[in-house]
Amino acid sequence: MKAKGKEETAVGAEILSGKGLTRVFGFGPNKTVAVDHVDFSFKKGEIISIVGESGSGKTTLAKMLLGLLKPTEGEIYFAGELRDISSHKKKRQYWQNIQAIFQDPFSSYNIFRKIDAVLLDCIRMRGGRRLPYDQKRAMMEEACSFVNLKFDELTNKYPFELSGGQQQRLMIARIFLLKPKILLADEPTSMIDACSRATILDMLMNLRDEIGMTPIFITHDIGLAYYVSDTVYIMEHGVFVESGSADDVILNPQEPYTQRLLNDVPKLHEEWDLSTV
Amino acid sequence: MKHLLGQIFRSGKFLFGFVIFMIIMLTVLIYPLLVEYPPLKTISRGTFLPPGIYVNVYDSMTFSESYTLILDNAATKRIASKLNAEDRQAMKEWLVIGAELPEDEIDVDDTAKLIDLWTTNFDPTVRLPGMTNADRNYYIRLTASLDGLLATEGATVAVANEDTGVLEEKYVIDQTTYVNVGEVPNVRVLPLGTDNFGRDVLTELIKAISVSLTIGFVAGTVATTIGLILGLVSGYIGGIVDDLIMFITNLFTVIPSIILLILISFSIGQEKRGAFTIAVVIGFTSWVWTARAVRAQVISLRNRDHVNLSKLSGHSIIHILAMDILPYIASYVVMALILQISSGILAEAGLSILGLGPRTTEVPTLGLMLNWALIYQAPLLGKWWAYFPVILIIALIAFSMNLMNTGLDQVFNPALRD
Ligand SMILES: Nc1ncnc2c1ncn2[C@@H]1O[C@H](COP(=O)(O)OP(=O)(O)O)[C@@H](O)[C@H]1O
Ligand SMILES: [Mg+2]
Repeated sequence: MKAKGKEETAVGAEILSGKGLTRVFGFGPNKTVAVDHVDFSFKKGEIISIVGESGSGKTTLAKMLLGLLKPTEGEIYFAGELRDISSHKKKRQYWQNIQAIFQDPFSSYNIFRKIDAVLLDCIRMRGGRRLPYDQKRAMMEEACSFVNLKFDELTNKYPFELSGGQQQRLMIARIFLLKPKILLADEPTSMIDACSRATILDMLMNLRDEIGMTPIFITHDIGLAYYVSDTVYIMEHGVFVESGSADDVILNPQEPYTQRLLNDVPKLHEEWDLSTV
Repeated sequence: MKHLLGQIFRSGKFLFGFVIFMIIMLTVLIYPLLVEYPPLKTISRGTFLPPGIYVNVYDSMTFSESYTLILDNAATKRIASKLNAEDRQAMKEWLVIGAELPEDEIDVDDTAKLIDLWTTNFDPTVRLPGMTNADRNYYIRLTASLDGLLATEGATVAVANEDTGVLEEKYVIDQTTYVNVGEVPNVRVLPLGTDNFGRDVLTELIKAISVSLTIGFVAGTVATTIGLILGLVSGYIGGIVDDLIMFITNLFTVIPSIILLILISFSIGQEKRGAFTIAVVIGFTSWVWTARAVRAQVISLRNRDHVNLSKLSGHSIIHILAMDILPYIASYVVMALILQISSGILAEAGLSILGLGPRTTEVPTLGLMLNWALIYQAPLLGKWWAYFPVILIIALIAFSMNLMNTGLDQVFNPALRD
């Protein structure tokens, strides 16, 4: 009865995991423990969701996983090995494997750089710096058409000239070009209009099938997590209070916090209506 | 970009400041093309010649066509230039007290009668009660200037005969003789007179503006560059680099930059203090404020998502600083640069007034002009043209740049827009 738009893919080896991962902001009386000794193990190919209400530390965790924020404590393992991003070169290599889509498309782009530059950056990141422009252009056109955008209409424009939904689709086109092993999508649909949400989600799922990446959805919407994911982690005040397969956690919640999140989604046990996702 | 420029120029304050600044700039650029006098050449014997048009007397008598103009009020004007209303009143007072003439018999407006009464009655040896020496000298000078005032015949020009040494009459210049200034070969306009060294103040001033603007520009660029680089690095990298840079910055903050400036200028020594050196020294002592401001802005930018996205795209720190941070603070940096330029000009003026400015022989600066005017007591002597235009220009430059700055602030900070 789960209305998932995805095929069951074989779940493989561990791709990303963390042990005792902690991040503290500030000190003294202003101290905030945003992420508090979390352990997790994400497998290759599975679809993961991290669910928690606003302020529970999801974005902080995502930034640590992306290597944009230093953990206060704990380790992160990538493909079974302790992650090493101590130099720019190693960071670059890491970022060829893990990429992100941020919550607010309007602040995700540099307002002084054109769309072309954003996409060319991705080709360069994949080692295509020296390709002839025709080939680069063909790649950009392909990426744009994958997300139903026309490159001809975007070239020489700035990202802020697009709507929120189009900007998020451009983000997906970026991922299409980068072909990372892991994609962290931090509430990718929460800032855009309801009509675009389902499209964005569909495109992300198609992209997953296309390039075989492991997506990690971060959301405050447990219904959406149920709709898309295999494995769900429930986060409260920086701690994973519950985790497991989406069916187990959501149809049979053990924690009152999970229950509360579920109560906010009235229509869960009915047929899922795409337009409200 | 176009849109932004449009907005900037629609800001009244910016436009006003910009126009004032451009007028100054254009004057500085165009004046030397039209007038090729060397700026620091002594052209007058005697100092502080008042502003005016100086016509060569010798040329007007000998080399210029002379014309006769019959003008009704010529004599009156000539007399008035020697004998004004105050002089007449003073003469009347003397005559009433010193010669005990009845007051109603003296008509100050009847020049001929007044002078007649004066020549018959005035006695320089008589001391009136309460009369100072200065008063006495004034009356004696006045008497001398009255000599020949009412003459109607012309002046005779005589030249000594080469052989005999006897003066021979050459010609007579009538009171109705005129020359056309345009035909006199040597006329020098000194709109702002001359200074204590007998140099043309206007030419000097224009050169000084251009030198001071250059000093301000160099100082501002040096200060902004240092401040920008330190601010960017310390704000973006953080950690121990930040601590170190902030330690240096705090050191510079604690010591007032003017004191540092004075000490450095003093220790450089008179010989090496060129305009460029002074500019660089000013720049090196005034970057602190820019560094702090830039750092604060960078800290608020470095965790933005567009910076994160740029990192995820594999860009280097240099690329991120140059492309993802700098453009966002560019407007701020431009504003800081404008303020630094104007405060650089003021700093040079302050240093020069203290006698620690650039070396004096080659170029003038606004500060040096003030320094000279002060040393030679122009304000005390009432020679306003030697210092007032300089002060006015310094004020105008600072005013126009601050106006531009406020105008930019209003465009870039929508919260300030009214
Ligand atoms: N840069 C920061 N400095 C201080 N506190 C922060 C910072 N970023 C996040 N926090 C705090 O950490 C907690 C978790 O924030 P966040 O990870 O953004 O939560 P979520 O993404 O789940 O809404 C919040 O209490 C927030 O105030
Ligand atoms: Mg968040």
